[in-house]
Amino acid sequence: MSELTLTVMRLGFLAVLWLFVIVAVQVIRSDLFGTRVTQRAARRGADQSRPPQQRQQQAQNQRQQPQNNRQRRGAPTKLVVAEGSLTGTTVALQGQTITLGRAHDSTIVLDDDYASSRHARIYPDRDGQWIVEDLGSTNGTYLDRNRLTTPTPVPIGAPIRIGKTVIELRK
Amino acid sequence: MSASNTSTISSVGAPSRRNTELALLVFAVLIPVFAYANVGLAKDGSLPAGLLAYGLGLGLLAGIAHLIVRKFAPYADPLMLPIATLLNGMGLVFIWRLDLEPSLGKAMAPTQLMWSTLGVALFVAVLVVLKDHRILQRYTYISMVVALVLLIMPVFFPGINGAKIWVTIPGVGSLQPGEFAKIIITVFFAGYLMVKRDALALASRRFMGLYLPRGRDLGPILVLWVLSLLILVFETDLGTSLLFFGLFVIMLYVATERTSWIVFGLVLSAAGAVFVSTFEHHVKDRVDNWLNPLALVNGGVTETAQTMYAFGSGGMFGSGLGQGYSRLIGGIAPKSDYILATVGEELGLAGLMGVLLLYGLLIERGVRTALAARDPFGKLLAIGLSGAFALQVFVVAGGVTGLIPLTGMTMPFLAQGGSSVIANWALVAILLRISDTARRPAPSPAPSTDAEPTQVVRTQ
Repeated sequence: MSELTLTVMRLGFLAVLWLFVIVAVQVIRSDLFGTRVTQRAARRGADQSRPPQQRQQQAQNQRQQPQNNRQRRGAPTKLVVAEGSLTGTTVALQGQTITLGRAHDSTIVLDDDYASSRHARIYPDRDGQWIVEDLGSTNGTYLDRNRLTTPTPVPIGAPIRIGKTVIELRK
Repeated sequence: MSASNTSTISSVGAPSRRNTELALLVFAVLIPVFAYANVGLAKDGSLPAGLLAYGLGLGLLAGIAHLIVRKFAPYADPLMLPIATLLNGMGLVFIWRLDLEPSLGKAMAPTQLMWSTLGVALFVAVLVVLKDHRILQRYTYISMVVALVLLIMPVFFPGINGAKIWVTIPGVGSLQPGEFAKIIITVFFAGYLMVKRDALALASRRFMGLYLPRGRDLGPILVLWVLSLLILVFETDLGTSLLFFGLFVIMLYVATERTSWIVFGLVLSAAGAVFVSTFEHHVKDRVDNWLNPLALVNGGVTETAQTMYAFGSGGMFGSGLGQGYSRLIGGIAPKSDYILATVGEELGLAGLMGVLLLYGLLIERGVRTALAARDPFGKLLAIGLSGAFALQVFVVAGGVTGLIPLTGMTMPFLAQGGSSVIANWALVAILLRISDTARRPAPSPAPSTDAEPTQVVRTQ
């Protein structure tokens, strides 16, 4: 057998052995992160009564929407739950009002003992600036450390605290 | 436009992962076949004659094991079987490769293949017969007696190469009961500690940051310590005594969550090792070899130094399969205890690390099974079995690489040795059984009787 063949086989064997180890680790990895993240178009209420075709169109519109948003620089594109039982949940911001609370028709249904059923809402004003407004909740909504009394503009990255849940707007 | 894209995170319903296992198994059979071809090409310049038979044989064993797992333990861990198959297959190739050296005595690969077949048969038997690992809990004290008998038995048989760990049955061959005792005593520890752990964990005084257990709770650990010392003295086997004592300390720690047990264990085993190595001739030799590997013995350096030479000549990427000089290791057991030296020389540091990682992954899956298990007995049993496996790998690999004095133990699956390969297949089968129970999705609750529509009962 030529020297070259044996060298190729020698290195090839090591490569195959390590490939097995890496594949095994990948299997473990898929076992560890055994959760599925599903994107869904969640417009509650009106959305459900529409025929599926229209929904598809809507989905296409949604895909085009971010391009329009991108023209305005520095605007947040998503809302992220940073703390609390819903940690990791994100909602894309596309000009719609987001309602927060324990009520089942809220955009983000808070599973939090300190939240009211209709706790707060976050909406864009005419200039595209995002505003948070407390809806008369029992325990209050806090922006940074201040309890909200009036609708207040939300800077990017500022924590909005509702009970044990913390929400941030991010780019 | 007022639609929002919400993402929800839901846990995936536990998949059985059997197809993953099958794919990995095919991979795990092909790697040793590749190695086998490589050795043949390097030694003779042609593909070895038995290539097809070997590949088919290994594939058949793996296939049967896989089908049995699919049938009897469908939710078991997908990694353990492929890793065990790969290690066993590589071990067969390495033993066959050493058989090609005429200076190393008679061929052992065919016998090892037979033992591996028996091992897989036991693997199948355990999975088929043992429907639930909690059945083992009933045999706590019986297994203690059986394990003690197995441990003490070799004392009455003549020693081989200085260590009395064999039971010789005339006409059949020799058996290492310690390998089986390892599994059986884990069953005892798991059953015993499950009952006693509260007494061991809570009834203790705090002294200098350590929890000191009561004297009567300290009893079992002292008995075990004395027993492992007796094994060390009468069977002159450092490995087995280290394995059993270490196993007990690991399981005590896991059961009670008290760090003081680790401290006690380390102090006691250090004291025992120093005590015995000063008095016992055989153990003293091993320690001397470890401390002064370059000392001249019988006109040459010690085996420890020779294995170091082998590792050194292998370097980073090894000399290639079949192209090493591990026949020059003058040891008594190049195919069993020192097989790791051949791996290190012919596959180099890269290959050796790969093999050690495979062991690590197998142990990790065992520990993971213990974490996932729902019942305390299963938890303790899984951690004990993977702990015993880990200790064995550590004792052998540490001994061969010169980290600790060498002890006569076999590298699980890789090294030549019938008892070892059979016992370790059984060990993997029990771990798979526990992991099947642990990963099985919870049964859906029975429909409530209250949910049925209310009936009107007319009383008049």
